[in-house]
Amino acid sequence: MGEHGNGDPSTGAVIKAGEGRSSGYAIDNPGLPPHRPRLADADEKAAKRAERQVSALFLISIIGTVMFFVGYFAVGVTAGDLNMLRLQNTLLGVGVAFAMLGIGLGVVQWARALMPDHEVVEDRKPLRKEEDRAEAAQTVDEILDETQIKRRPLLRNTLIGAALLAPLPAVVVFRDLDRSEDFGPERMRHTLWTEGVRLVRDPTGTPIRASDLTVGSAVHAIPETLREVSGHGDRLAEKAKAVVLLIRMNPDDFEAVTPGREDWKHEGIIACSKVCTHVGCPVALYERHTHHLLCPCHQSTFDAAAEFKVTFGPAGRPLPQLPITVDDEGFLIARSDFTEPVGPTYWERG
Amino acid sequence: MSSQSLESKYTEEQYSEVDQYQPATRTGKIANYVDQRVGGTGMVREFGRKVFPDHWTFMFGEVALYSFVITVISGAFLTFWFDPSMASTRYDGAYVPLQGVEMSTAYATSLELSFDVRGGLFMRQLHHWAALMFIMAMAIHMLRVFFTGAFRKPRELNWVVGCTLLLAGLGAGFTGYSLPDEVLSGNGLRIIDGMLKAIPVVGTYISFFLFGGEFPGDEVIPRLYSLHIFIIPAVILILIAVHLFMVVTHKHTQYPGPGRTERNVVGYPIGPVYAAKAGGFFFVVFGVLALLAGTFQINALWNYGPYDPSPVQAGTQPDWYIGWFDGLLRLMPGYIGDIPLEFVLPTPWGGNSVATPVLVTFIPITALLLGLFVWPWIEAWITGDKKEHHILDRPRNVPGRTAFGMAMMIWYFVMWAAASSDLIATHFSLSFNDVLIWLRVLFFAGPILTFIITKRICLALQRKDREIVLHGNEAGVIEMLPHGEFREKHTRVSDYELYTLVSYESPEVTAARPNSRGKVGLLEKSRVTLNRTFFEDRVAPVSREEYIEALSHDDHGTAAELPAGSVGAIESKKN
Repeated sequence: MGEHGNGDPSTGAVIKAGEGRSSGYAIDNPGLPPHRPRLADADEKAAKRAERQVSALFLISIIGTVMFFVGYFAVGVTAGDLNMLRLQNTLLGVGVAFAMLGIGLGVVQWARALMPDHEVVEDRKPLRKEEDRAEAAQTVDEILDETQIKRRPLLRNTLIGAALLAPLPAVVVFRDLDRSEDFGPERMRHTLWTEGVRLVRDPTGTPIRASDLTVGSAVHAIPETLREVSGHGDRLAEKAKAVVLLIRMNPDDFEAVTPGREDWKHEGIIACSKVCTHVGCPVALYERHTHHLLCPCHQSTFDAAAEFKVTFGPAGRPLPQLPITVDDEGFLIARSDFTEPVGPTYWERG
Repeated sequence: MSSQSLESKYTEEQYSEVDQYQPATRTGKIANYVDQRVGGTGMVREFGRKVFPDHWTFMFGEVALYSFVITVISGAFLTFWFDPSMASTRYDGAYVPLQGVEMSTAYATSLELSFDVRGGLFMRQLHHWAALMFIMAMAIHMLRVFFTGAFRKPRELNWVVGCTLLLAGLGAGFTGYSLPDEVLSGNGLRIIDGMLKAIPVVGTYISFFLFGGEFPGDEVIPRLYSLHIFIIPAVILILIAVHLFMVVTHKHTQYPGPGRTERNVVGYPIGPVYAAKAGGFFFVVFGVLALLAGTFQINALWNYGPYDPSPVQAGTQPDWYIGWFDGLLRLMPGYIGDIPLEFVLPTPWGGNSVATPVLVTFIPITALLLGLFVWPWIEAWITGDKKEHHILDRPRNVPGRTAFGMAMMIWYFVMWAAASSDLIATHFSLSFNDVLIWLRVLFFAGPILTFIITKRICLALQRKDREIVLHGNEAGVIEMLPHGEFREKHTRVSDYELYTLVSYESPEVTAARPNSRGKVGLLEKSRVTLNRTFFEDRVAPVSREEYIEALSHDDHGTAAELPAGSVGAIESKKN
């Protein structure tokens, strides 16, 4: 117990008036308020009642544990039955909750109602002692002296050099976190799109005829060559660059076309990268009425009628447009790759 | 080496005592067995009755600790089934709508945990809720520490440990969020990738090294998994140990009040009361989290489908603690009028792109997080207060700090709210453009208004305290005096309550101190400016003279009605 430990619950105040820190406050520290006995301290009946309350809580805990077992063993979840799964989850959760809350609230109530509730005063030890510090400083000095590091600068300087270099392997050894053969930012300039690659529907892979698209429709498309990419990760990485959105609008709705892009559309069909130029979310929402494309992540808004110019939100560049045309059979194909890197801006993009 | 004598500074009896001691009681026997082998009774003697102050606001740190323990327990359970592989597989588990769909093993085993492992869904939800609670409790705990000034000397370093714990918690949360590899978390990773790439010079390469190539590849989930289940939890555990060790070294702070001084700790001894309350509280936290996990669905990942770079859902929200990053990304416009903020820096090798709209979001993030770390030193520098403090501040008594803290909170809340700008717009049928524009205004105006308003509220509360000290509480009784005047009777508060209201320090503005060359530098000038915003408007605590004056003017109170202690104290002062 603390140095000023107060064993007698009926008194309480151990600091006498004015004893605390002498200060310029309006009144002196009056000491701890007198202890007020609880009902359970004075009345054995009240104490008994508290005892019963605590035991009742412990009993609730037991019931909770039983409920968990009922949920675990008695509820049969057949494959895909979401309702039974939900019931089981609820029984498990509520069971554990009762089991835990019963014990927790019981113990807390026990402490509050029955265990001694008189406050105890303990002195703070001063954190630092002057002589300790002096001794520590002296010890350090002696140790340094014995190493002779101050007298032999050659030792010191070579040690510093070695210590600076030694951690470098720990950094370099992580170089192979990216082992790809095409390492470097250059690969971000290319996608699977090249001249003649068909635009196919995502995810079915069926090619798209220009005549299939009605005015006002929008279709997610991927390059037909995507399915030839082997490896889950590589395929996702290629898809993450190549996804495009195909939109058919009334040809009269397009605003002025940048010189050089005159033949990038086919009739009213225009294609753009679906990867937002902000931080790369899929620009998945199309509002037919206003020709606006909206990225649901950060609400960048692009105008399909004005070559995907940004009209609102945080994106800093228009969506790259994919030049398209149709092949002999009337299927939509790419005229070339994107003419700029798709997706979020990166330092080497230039 | 000179030969040393074999004389020891301990006596033979002290050494042999260990074999001769005969414990009398059963507890004594156990204690003796342990003590003779590893020691430790000293610790029980030291800590068994160690005093901890009790206050409900001291509970949040405990909640954080217990939530962390529960995340570790539930997380360990999940590792037995979850396989963090990005290898492609065809799902054949119990969830019918996804059967036959090609997905990563990570997603397939997350579904297996939810549908095929009994109790797996419960443990997954418990893990997620406990993680959310862990960070929430840490945040509230830090707010308590901030607003009561508990970070002041000698606890600055422990505040830094706490800040690091918060960062580690955010890291643990984000790495865990991404593991199931469904559409939602995949898009979260996509956003991180976009933010990394915006970093000049090194950003693109950081992204390559994280993803093992181009986004998303098939390396990132196993890597996040090592971070999530091993490296970050280890860091958190070590930091918690350091944090608690320092709490014991410093002893806990306490609120001002009768009997409490800077030199003592008033509270309950660990055994039995505090241990019972704290121990019982672990079960309460566990119970509440279990109730949440059993009744509130969280992260229903079977609804999202496997990660695919093309689909995304509208109205999705990140976990709450990531919200403010996301909100910032929305707040920053890409264009001002028709002028793009992104630009290409002309360089001899063809130019480098600067993704200004993304880069600018790093400024508030760094300011808030870095500011959190260094605040104890900033405040000490502004106030010039280099003393030790063990008595906490009542927030109203430090209007400058309280107002600044509230301003920063509102700043954070605006960023956080921006993450839900689309939901605010759809729920209240507003234009989301307008919502965002208003949030942009609030981003700047909110903190300033909050600072002013909070400071005024603090000063008003301090005046109210003065009023109570000088005139007592309104008793609700109207008296008519003999000459016909009506007045409300006031009752004086007891000395115990009074002491809480008057015992605080109220620093005044400190003048600029010239440096060694007798000049007031720019740094010192800015210190004085900040010092003035902190202390210029000030309600002084009631002084002894004012109090005596008030007592003598007190028509209703006679000496007999006053608490005995105060009269004694005042008289002794008069003498």
